[in-house]
Amino acid sequence: MLQTNLGHIETEEQLKELVENNEKVAVCCGRMGPMCIPVYDIFEILQASYADIQFRDMDFDIPAAALIKGLPECRGFWGLPFTVYYRNGKVVKATSSIQSAKEVKSIISDVFA
Amino acid sequence: MGRDMQQYDVLIIGAGPAGLAAAIYTARAALSTVVIDESSAGGQVKTTHQVANYPGFVEPITGHELASNMRKQAEKYNTQFKLAADITDLHLSDREKWVELDDGDKYSAKFVILATGSSPRLLNIPGEQEHKGSGISYCATCDAEFYEGKDIFVIGGGNSAMEESLLLLQFVKSITVIHQFDTLQAEKITADKVTTNPKVNILWSHEPRAFYKKEDKMVVEAENLKTNKRMRLERDGIFIFVGLVPNSAFLKSTPIQLTKHGYIITGPQMETNIRGVYAAGDIRDKRHRQITIAVGDGTIAALEVIHAV
Repeated sequence: MLQTNLGHIETEEQLKELVENNEKVAVCCGRMGPMCIPVYDIFEILQASYADIQFRDMDFDIPAAALIKGLPECRGFWGLPFTVYYRNGKVVKATSSIQSAKEVKSIISDVFA
Repeated sequence: MGRDMQQYDVLIIGAGPAGLAAAIYTARAALSTVVIDESSAGGQVKTTHQVANYPGFVEPITGHELASNMRKQAEKYNTQFKLAADITDLHLSDREKWVELDDGDKYSAKFVILATGSSPRLLNIPGEQEHKGSGISYCATCDAEFYEGKDIFVIGGGNSAMEESLLLLQFVKSITVIHQFDTLQAEKITADKVTTNPKVNILWSHEPRAFYKKEDKMVVEAENLKTNKRMRLERDGIFIFVGLVPNSAFLKSTPIQLTKHGYIITGPQMETNIRGVYAAGDIRDKRHRQITIAVGDGTIAALEVIHAV
């Protein structure tokens, strides 16, 4: 279990249900490591300002993470965390490795505008 | 039309250990305090796996937990936080200093403590940003396992490059270190462990000029600094550890005095060349950079502000 204040995704069903039932979803899949923690923190801060976006995290080492790892958009990703943005059930953006608040905000304004 | 100015006694820019220590002191002295940071609270500490040299913790504490505790302590005394916020305008010269953020919020105070710290240096060469996370990494702890049995480059020859190389050697087939000098700058004991490992070879006096991808491989275009000749080498991945850079770009249009490397020049009481503006932590021009020193800097700056008020 990741030690964050974000909602955690623990099963494939939870992820599928979240993506199917919400227009805008952002999932950060990683570990409690140096490149991942800053992205979780940024998600925690931004979820207060973007009530229409569902921000979640997901442990990279649980079986359900296979859904994220297996996405075509994550092919060739060799850096944690894998961060995936869904809109209307489809992946609209995926990033690998650490992202700054500025980068996350920029992606949000691009794909969720 | 801009939003109303929110007035505070103290405006702290940077939420690492220096800024948080300063906030704990000023807030406890009943000075209204706001801490602004472009990221989350904790600075570099939050990305440190374990901290074993911070007094008061017999067992190592995770950097994330230490940073989180510092923030909670500051919040307990009513410090306000404005995080994940970019500064779009900054005025430090007048008696009342003020800052405007990317969401339009404005904050003013008579006293400002600059504590923005430093960040890992990027090479800023073609291909670096494009391949971050898909062939280029900055963290062995995070990404070493993706390169199990692979051949990789490590760029850099300082302590962090060698310490991270030792971790990488547990996973990879080989490391080619690319270093700009003829000798490593890392502590000898660590450097020796790396250089005597048969899986390591070193390309001395070379600097990368560009990165690109060729099918599944990463290619480094490296320049020999003695002959200026360039060569292309390919491996499975690249890890970059080339030191730190001060987070002072936002100060370049202000009258704050910086060194040629971008660190803030201060006096012994953390005062800058501008009255009412102090600097604390890794952003200061100084010899040693440690969490404990940053906390000490922040404390001194806060006490100076409290005294001045």
